[in-house]
Amino acid sequence: MPNVELLNITETADSNISNKKAENKKEKIKVDKLNAFFGNVKALNNISLNFSENTVTAIIGPSGCGKSTLLRCINRMHEEVSGTYEGIISLDDENIKDNDPVWLRRKIGMIFQKPNPFPTMSIMDNVTAGLRLNGIRNRSKLKEIAEQSLKQAFLWDEVKDILRQPGIALSGGQQQRLCIARTLAVSPEVILMDEPASALDPLSTNKIEELIFELKKSYTVIIVTHNMQQAARVSDYTAFMYLGELVEYNKTANIFTNPSNKRTEEYVTGRFG
Amino acid sequence: MNNLMHYKWRKTKNIIMASLCFISAIVAIVPLFIILFYTISQGISSINWAFFTQMPKPAGETGGGMANALAGTGILILIASCFGLPVGIFSGLYLSENEGSIYAKSIKFLVEVLNGVPSIVIGVFAYVVFVIPMKHFSAIAGGFALGILMMPLITGTTLEMISLIPHSYREAALGLGIPRWKTTLFVIFPAALKGILTGILLSIARVAGETAPLLFTALGNRFWSTQLDQPIASLTVFIYDYSKAPFDDWNRQAWAAALVLIVLIMIINIIFRFVTREKYA
Repeated sequence: MPNVELLNITETADSNISNKKAENKKEKIKVDKLNAFFGNVKALNNISLNFSENTVTAIIGPSGCGKSTLLRCINRMHEEVSGTYEGIISLDDENIKDNDPVWLRRKIGMIFQKPNPFPTMSIMDNVTAGLRLNGIRNRSKLKEIAEQSLKQAFLWDEVKDILRQPGIALSGGQQQRLCIARTLAVSPEVILMDEPASALDPLSTNKIEELIFELKKSYTVIIVTHNMQQAARVSDYTAFMYLGELVEYNKTANIFTNPSNKRTEEYVTGRFG
Repeated sequence: MNNLMHYKWRKTKNIIMASLCFISAIVAIVPLFIILFYTISQGISSINWAFFTQMPKPAGETGGGMANALAGTGILILIASCFGLPVGIFSGLYLSENEGSIYAKSIKFLVEVLNGVPSIVIGVFAYVVFVIPMKHFSAIAGGFALGILMMPLITGTTLEMISLIPHSYREAALGLGIPRWKTTLFVIFPAALKGILTGILLSIARVAGETAPLLFTALGNRFWSTQLDQPIASLTVFIYDYSKAPFDDWNRQAWAAALVLIVLIMIINIIFRFVTREKYA
């Protein structure tokens, strides 16, 4: 039964059009024969896939399948927890290891599962943290970027009068949009989202999903999610991972309606995972 | 019937153990109350304005105060902080940044060892490092000894408070392309600052009550002195000297100084409670 529902959602004209467009889009991130490790434990096994510009790609799979690890390899956050990887990941055909991780992360922003605004900073300071701590001092410029980013994150109207209040005073959903605004403020090209809505209520989730839809107009979005309906709703492409391997990668509509792999079918229809 | 017996015995055991715990708790705090009571009853009569503002009188004369000792303790704590705080905080930051590395682990272990070194041994060390080359006792030597006592305490709380900050803040900052050192200094450290401040207060309270390391470093001074390269008075050494003196008036003043010291340390502890309470509110 879930199949039929998903079919209805994904077969809207809108997502079909964007899928067609995606075929001509430039490949922003290329992952080639990626093996990732935590110490001696192999978390990802020989993964190759490309992410196109201005598309949303969902990575789905059961817990522990390595989807977060794949995401964290792309902005080299995997190395922050003393992880290592082999293989080549490139951004605009440039190996990400050739550049300093600090520079890379200004181009590849990340949204985390739990909203994590900086606890000692106001809403305003949170949004501009990335800019301020990278040396931008011009107050009017900061203000301008903050307003623009908050508007982009659909948060401006809710916080424009309380910009000096602490970021952690906001509700969970607002905090997550604040984190998205904070990421947008450093004007990245790619946005990685690690289960961005899994700690939020349905209404907030809805807002985040609308936001993702807007974001893909100007960014490349890769989202890890446990929620298959969410993947079906927001993404153009879906990658299904299982036990550290990439099982299937295709247009979202195909993954959910006509998966070529048996395990994918079993997972998206809720028979395991 | 057997069941009922068993139940009663179980209840009795419970009462016995609960009473033992309660009595132990009482025993643990009774000394504090005896000390407080005794110090107040012996010392309160000698406390007056002159005690805080005047200098010690020559032996034989009654009256006088310990203004120099109060100032001396303040100066010693200041010197100790100048040395102990930065070293303690930065080493705590280093340890938290490199948690898990073999260097950090061994340094952490050594800091714990240093924390366990008796304060008199640290006094001897300061004697060797400062007093012998300078050929006389000095405030600097005393402050240095207290600073070494402070250091491991500050390192410990800094490390502990920073490890309480969720890793997600660090990742959020790094994810924005903020360099590691700025992440630590401008995101993580401010978040831990309140906890670190309370640690600083506690370590000040701790060294304010130290006598042994001052005996052969700062020595003590019966006159007003704020010169850092000269011997300097302190509350604790004042208590030590006056309590073993053969004059009743001096003994009373020693009690009064002890009372002042206890109250000072209690005030610091209350401030500490206040700051931490706010933190978890």
